[in-house]
Amino acid sequence: MSRARLGPWLAIALGALYFLVPLIGTFEFSLRMRRGEYSFDAYWIVLSDPRFQATFGYSTVLALATIVVGVLLVVPTAYWIQLRLPRLRPVVEFITLLPLVIPAIVLVFGYLRIYNSSSLLPMTSSQRATDVLLMCSYVTLALPYMYRAVDTGLRAIDVRTLTEAAESLGASWFTILFRVIFPNVRVAILSGAFLTFAIVIGEFTMASLLDRPAFGPYLQLMGANRAYEPSALAIIAFIVTWACMGLIQVFGRGARQAAR
Amino acid sequence: MTTQSRVETHPTPAATLQLGRMSWSWLGVAPFFLFALMFLILPTGFLVVGGFQDADGNFTLDNIARLFRPNILSAYWISLEISAASALGGAVIGFFLAYAVVLGGLPRWLRPTLMTFCGVASNFAGIPLAFAFLATLGRTGLVTVLLVQYFGFNIYSTGFNLLSFWGLALTYLYFQIPLMVLILTPALDGLKREWREASAILGATAGQYWRYVALPVLWPSLLGTTLLLFANSFGAVATAYGLTGSSLNIVTILLYAQIRGDVLHDQNLGYALALGMILITGLSNGAYIWLGTRSQRWLR
Repeated sequence: MSRARLGPWLAIALGALYFLVPLIGTFEFSLRMRRGEYSFDAYWIVLSDPRFQATFGYSTVLALATIVVGVLLVVPTAYWIQLRLPRLRPVVEFITLLPLVIPAIVLVFGYLRIYNSSSLLPMTSSQRATDVLLMCSYVTLALPYMYRAVDTGLRAIDVRTLTEAAESLGASWFTILFRVIFPNVRVAILSGAFLTFAIVIGEFTMASLLDRPAFGPYLQLMGANRAYEPSALAIIAFIVTWACMGLIQVFGRGARQAAR
Repeated sequence: MTTQSRVETHPTPAATLQLGRMSWSWLGVAPFFLFALMFLILPTGFLVVGGFQDADGNFTLDNIARLFRPNILSAYWISLEISAASALGGAVIGFFLAYAVVLGGLPRWLRPTLMTFCGVASNFAGIPLAFAFLATLGRTGLVTVLLVQYFGFNIYSTGFNLLSFWGLALTYLYFQIPLMVLILTPALDGLKREWREASAILGATAGQYWRYVALPVLWPSLLGTTLLLFANSFGAVATAYGLTGSSLNIVTILLYAQIRGDVLHDQNLGYALALGMILITGLSNGAYIWLGTRSQRWLR
């Protein structure tokens, strides 16, 4: 028995080594700023950099807007497909998979061409309009994850009975959607939201090509010009990603316990 | 069985009512389709059409032909090689990790830990990932320095360079392996214990079980996920850009430079470049989806 277990343990050990060593290496590197001793100097410099605060704040606001718009777009659609138009399900599922098929850089290339300042819908003409375009690009990027999360949540509840019960009590469509359906798929929405946040917060390609002051381009700029700060930023980015995934787990577990 | 056929032959009043309301029901999904049209279909369509047009808008295959110029062809080629290397590496290593945690008889707590970590690592891509590998395997990175200090071994003297083909492939593995584990674990869960027991009763060895039972069931998932990993790294920009700047001539970096400053001095050639990328990621993702439906036949 112990011999048979050696292989799996070896695989896990090597895997752990490959995944932990870069994190340890990054952390160690981020502490090296002061000569001869370890310090958190790089972190203080990064955290007190006004550009860090500005870009991180910008990307956070953008991520929140992306989540709100994404949820408002996906939940009613998935609900309606489940309730009234099941025949369209394959079409909608295919469309939600497209952002995984078409690389982000190709999508943003297309946006720059059809929404340029001389087009019918000049979404790159002002900064505010470009912010909206960037938010829409992020909604597109997050679409596969958001749709899958919400669709799984909707399949787990009895949409038809809930709708009919609410209708027979005289509820309007608005009430049904926001006071019946939304609370019931809250956990699914939250997990889609945190995943969206993790994807959007450090996104580089789209923000850089649309020339917006987001966190991703700031990271790239620091990487090109500084030595120790990038490592500190990488650790911060990793903690943010970890926090998002951890929160998904926490909410998911809470829901399972409540269902029991 | 009988109830099912009755429902099929005699539509219920509710179903007829729904057909009557069909024209209005469309409105409920109109925002979604409008969004998809504006931010997925039209932008992609514009590039696809532009790839087949000359500067005056006439139809031409010239742009496609010019993709085979040496500098563009080599960019595609390096991208394909890096994607293939990181997809195959990620698939093989990811398979062993998933196998170890599902069928390896390891302690139970290991599995949720690994899955959570894979969820994080598969999303830890882009610029921060490039920083992490620079701090680890760069010229002054921790591992490089420690190897010199304790073993007198300089990995850079062997010709290794993080800012090169293998360095990039090694970095991509950081999100490829976890993605493989995440997708493959449910498939391995689908291998039923009874199949293994039945083949053991019939006298099959472990090798024969894998050769004749497990692999024939698993191969669509294995191949499909490998193709997904391939497309995943083929379209990646940020990690490569953060790691190598624009020094490595891969197709996403070339397209990035083209969008920024028209380095090819030919807009329509840029569209054709994007068209080629859509074709490659589209084919491999299409095969992934097709293989995914095949694998569901057995793995439920």
